[in-house]
Amino acid sequence: MSQASTEIIRISGHAGSVPGAGLNREFQVCKLVDTTTCIGCKACEVACLEWNGYTFSETTFDNTYQTMPETAWNYWNLIKFNEHERADGSMMLLMRKDQCMHCEDPGCLAACPADGAIVQYANGIVDFQEQHCIGCGYCITGCPFNIPKFSPEARKVFKCTLCNDRVSVGLEPACIKACPTGCLHFGTKPEMKELAETRAEQLRNVSGFADAGVYDPPGVSGTHVIYVLHDAKNPELYGGLPKDPHIPYSVRLWKGPLKWLGNFAMIGGLVGLAWHYMRYGPKNEEPIPPDDRRRV
Amino acid sequence: MTNGWIDIKNTDMMLIMGGNPAENHPCGFKWAMEAKRNRNAKLISVDPRFTRTSATADLFLQIRAGTDIAFLGGLIRYAIENNRIAKEYLANYTNAAFIVKEGFKLPEDGLYSGFNAASGTYNNATWNYEEGGDLSGKMDAVASSAHESSAHGKTSAPAGKPPALPPNVAYDLTLQHPRCVFQLLKRQYSRYTPETVERITGIPKEQFLKAADLFTSVRKDGDMKKVATIIYAVGWTQHTFGTQIIRTAAMIQLLLGNVGRAGGGVNALRGHSNIQGATDMAGLFDSLPGYLKVPVPADTDLAAYLKRITPGSSKPTEWSSMNYWSNTPKFFVSLLKSLYGDSATKENGFGFDYLPKVDRDYSWTHIWDDMYNGKVKGMMAFGMNGVMIGPDTNKNINALKKADWLVVGEIYPDETSEFWKAPGITAEEQKSINTTVYRLPCAGFAEKDGSMTNSARWVTWKYAAVPPPGLARLDQDIIAQIFLRVRDLYKKEGGKFPDPILNLSWAYADAAHPGLSQVAMEVNGRALADLTDPATKQVIKAGQQLPGFAWLKDDGTTMCGNWIYSGTWTEAGSQIQRRGTEDPSGLGIYPNWAWSWPANRRVLYNRASCDSAGKPWDPDRKQVWWNEAAGKWVGNDVPDFKPDSHPKDHLGPFIMNPEGVGRLFVPIGVLADGPFPEHYEPIESPIKNPLHPNQSNNPLVKKFKTPYDKFGSPEEYSIVCTTYRLTEQYHYWTKNNPMNVQLIPEPFVEIPVELAEEKGIRGTDKIKVISARGTYIAKAFVTRRLKPMMIDGKKVYQIGLPIHQGFRGIDEDEGRNARTPANLLTPTVTDPNAHTPESKGFLVKIEKA
Amino acid sequence: MQTSRRDFLKVAGVGGVAATVFGFDLKPAYAQLKELKIARAAETRSTCPYCAVGCGVLIYTIGDRAKNVTPQVIHVEGDPDHPTNRGTLCPKGSSLEQDILNPRRLTKPQVRRPGATDWEDISWDTALDEIAQWTKKTRDATFVEKDAAGHTVNRCEGISFIGGCTDTNEFNYLVVKTMRSLGLVYLENQARV
Repeated sequence: MSQASTEIIRISGHAGSVPGAGLNREFQVCKLVDTTTCIGCKACEVACLEWNGYTFSETTFDNTYQTMPETAWNYWNLIKFNEHERADGSMMLLMRKDQCMHCEDPGCLAACPADGAIVQYANGIVDFQEQHCIGCGYCITGCPFNIPKFSPEARKVFKCTLCNDRVSVGLEPACIKACPTGCLHFGTKPEMKELAETRAEQLRNVSGFADAGVYDPPGVSGTHVIYVLHDAKNPELYGGLPKDPHIPYSVRLWKGPLKWLGNFAMIGGLVGLAWHYMRYGPKNEEPIPPDDRRRV
Repeated sequence: MTNGWIDIKNTDMMLIMGGNPAENHPCGFKWAMEAKRNRNAKLISVDPRFTRTSATADLFLQIRAGTDIAFLGGLIRYAIENNRIAKEYLANYTNAAFIVKEGFKLPEDGLYSGFNAASGTYNNATWNYEEGGDLSGKMDAVASSAHESSAHGKTSAPAGKPPALPPNVAYDLTLQHPRCVFQLLKRQYSRYTPETVERITGIPKEQFLKAADLFTSVRKDGDMKKVATIIYAVGWTQHTFGTQIIRTAAMIQLLLGNVGRAGGGVNALRGHSNIQGATDMAGLFDSLPGYLKVPVPADTDLAAYLKRITPGSSKPTEWSSMNYWSNTPKFFVSLLKSLYGDSATKENGFGFDYLPKVDRDYSWTHIWDDMYNGKVKGMMAFGMNGVMIGPDTNKNINALKKADWLVVGEIYPDETSEFWKAPGITAEEQKSINTTVYRLPCAGFAEKDGSMTNSARWVTWKYAAVPPPGLARLDQDIIAQIFLRVRDLYKKEGGKFPDPILNLSWAYADAAHPGLSQVAMEVNGRALADLTDPATKQVIKAGQQLPGFAWLKDDGTTMCGNWIYSGTWTEAGSQIQRRGTEDPSGLGIYPNWAWSWPANRRVLYNRASCDSAGKPWDPDRKQVWWNEAAGKWVGNDVPDFKPDSHPKDHLGPFIMNPEGVGRLFVPIGVLADGPFPEHYEPIESPIKNPLHPNQSNNPLVKKFKTPYDKFGSPEEYSIVCTTYRLTEQYHYWTKNNPMNVQLIPEPFVEIPVELAEEKGIRGTDKIKVISARGTYIAKAFVTRRLKPMMIDGKKVYQIGLPIHQGFRGIDEDEGRNARTPANLLTPTVTDPNAHTPESKGFLVKIEKA
Repeated sequence: MQTSRRDFLKVAGVGGVAATVFGFDLKPAYAQLKELKIARAAETRSTCPYCAVGCGVLIYTIGDRAKNVTPQVIHVEGDPDHPTNRGTLCPKGSSLEQDILNPRRLTKPQVRRPGATDWEDISWDTALDEIAQWTKKTRDATFVEKDAAGHTVNRCEGISFIGGCTDTNEFNYLVVKTMRSLGLVYLENQARV
């Protein structure tokens, strides 16, 4: 995959032209996560940390193999573990790699008011541009998957980049490369979709998982990370994967019908709103804990 | 592994037991997943707990730790009863047809014939084949039946002289003779009914039958195309009957005709990067490089030694046997030449007396016991954290207190070098510990070149990327420098028998910094005189590297440090540095990637992948085959066979056995505790052995007598405990590594929900696990992945704990855990064959800390 | 430095973050490329030291192996050519960089004297001399040339050597060579346990 695939097609909070708008890409990238062959080894977690240069953060044992309850600003890739007993009494250990889903219709980008802080490339990667991030946390509200996380130190929000530094020079993301069992796979969206459907069919026909299927939620126009699940009817079993994710209504409203108005900025009732988020931008202010930001 | 990692992708059926490859060998486990994805292969996971391997399995059975022989014995019975065996394979490639000596008794009471209660050993004279010829249909030719002889329990062994295998074995290809191996096998496992399996293992009968049906389904209706593999690790070895568990697996694979075939075999997953190489190179008391046996005092000279250890073939007269070990003298003399160079002469038996003679068990647990008893005064430990690896950390620490000196070569501060600072030892007590400890900083993997041998027997060279940090030195330099200084001392001062020290060949360009490529070339071996192959007239000049072990001589004209590594570094260059990525057959053989011992064969015994006529059992997975036109064996892999042996010669495919065939019955002298595996209880067990309560344990197991060697009763310690590694951590190593510590921040004990409720324990509560030997403290991991079991009518809980906690490490140094090593709990008892300690399946009790 | 349109379109990642944290001004790009950190690094082929799958790993070091450069490890990842792991690594293999660059590494010889409550530094020369003397002293004191039956046994019963799991074949061979020649019978390895 060349750099050309990282043309920008959407920019958050942006009034002007978009460099890659209208470009018709031949391919979009996609990560396939086959939870049925995941062994929860966390190689992807470590590969992500190592590649991105994040260091040790203290964790606590919480009656699970899971490293921490949710992804963190400096921990973008987390296997969620769930012990599940089937109706026949047999045990399952469901393991799902949680990370940014790189939605085709990204709620974070829709919610973001800062010009250029979140961009979407033609290849489907949704990327945070930290130098433009004002740390308001609206992206957190906009995300139906609870992915973007606020760093109290940097006072900005971070998430998985889908290793665009690697992807742009033709390498696969670090997590994909590491995955020992091939539960992770990387390629174009149509190819991954086909591979996923083939595997789901095998699970239904050969392995006795009647409800096996592919998770590529239409509520966000599909994602660039898709799952194969043993039980596609109950994605919640896999560490709270939402059944039918949507961009929150509030975000749709003010970034949708009201967006055009918003682009002319700071008129009428929107002045107060814009001012409200602006106050979190300056660096000399205290960071706001995530919980408080949710209340905004 | 008889096969290899990639070869697993060729299988149709996997039984994974005594191992947890998804967690401990994730990158090798990908080939299991490939088999599932691409061949719809099935995976059966049998384990004391539901692991991350079990999470990917088609069928999971929870087994009580230490009852694997009962399960596998049940599987043998099921396969025979349901006729799911490979008849042609069985008759021709195994010793099923061989007739066993009169007087051999099956262990229906827990003991084989020949047990001497006073010495606690067996006289194995009756564990042998009958001499004679074809007895098919001639059942009266040998007098009494096995049943009668077992009733008498008599032994017909002449006293004194060690028994030997008869060259001309009696056999019955119809497999009907009551004393043929197949009939004895059938009788031996007739006791292992599904009900008995359930009583012992705790696996409900229906579940057992489901697994047995699934596994043996590869031989449904006599079809030979499908293949099953058995995969295991130290969950099988760490028992007082570990070798016999693995034997049972091998027997199943022979019965089903799965050995030698792509996607089949018996596959030991070694736990460490170069444990295979360490075993090959014989860093063990009872062997010499290339699995040569150590000399014993009765081997008064080279000739006597070679006579004892070189087997003669033992087979039906009409068959052929390659009996490859008949070449033993060539391997051994070449080894002596590489050790002692010009000082190894015909006159001095090539320096035979330079080697120490081993008269008894000097294995791991004996080192610590003898150190505790004041016999072993000094120890060198290189990359080996002996205190932690156990069993019985406490005993080992107290043994080291009595040593005069200890040298530790390590890359991190470890528990062994700091035994004198172990938790509980006060500064006052430290003053009374007189051991001098040297801690030498060694080089890490990235700082050293050299070769390592993986579980698939691939010998692969690696390159150094960076120099060692600070004053750290390469391990080989340290060993060389210690040795050279000792040699200097002997040169200057003289001393006890200095000859082997003074005469050791040390012809490396830089003696104090031996280049590992030079060592590797020495290991491969070279000609010491011009050699000519009489058949091809090919000449190897003196001084040239040997192409392979076929060139070795027993007259001192070749030298070779390890015969099975001959071929690694030839005149054509280093074969272990090859990086050919082609795989023409698509079977994952990769013949030009690195080099696999022996002779670059990727699947051992691959002759058995063909029928008697030399045609592959499965034309879609062709490994080797007989080419009639060329008059030789050819194939995608290197034939593990005599290349020009016509199938009608009936040369056995198991060329390393004197019989030429696979052993369902192991005759004399190979295993100490019986020719067939029998279920014995672990030394600490919640029940008496339901098969023979009066002989509950392996009769050959001996206990040590120090105050630390205590054992718990099931009345006081009712919970079965097992230990294991986690995928996030590597032994006692990654506890120095922040990323891995972050993944599993604190040690835990996995306990069933029901047990937790009974004890009022909630997840993350701190608990104590107490055995008769020590106490382990960690947080409770309350899980439904471990369930209570019914064992012989008794409710038994099973718990498990990872071994990664120590008293030096990131968490340990920050006081984030209790600093209690797992091996504080384990008992010092071992398998009588492999001398491996019983770390799995011991008894404990738990309480809130 | 001129900013081309291509650069402009390149992507930001943690490099950008770090730069911001360290106070660099990243204007005027929308998106700042995080340079591929291994773009100009030298690659060394090695084998993972952990389990016996024997995964091929690539160790990336700065510098191009020129004479004046001391290599520094910056990254480790799987070797995609290796037929067994095909570039994959487990969580232990993926953290190998931290095993190489680890502040806990031992970097100097130390000795703990009888009765001492702490380590003291020792030179290599002194340490090796003392170890050689201990070895000889213990060997001479515990060597058995003949057993009770009069058989030559040539055994040193007072010293044991225990070897680790990551030692190379060549190192193991040198151990067997030297230790057996000293007469050691208590020669064991991780392979046993």
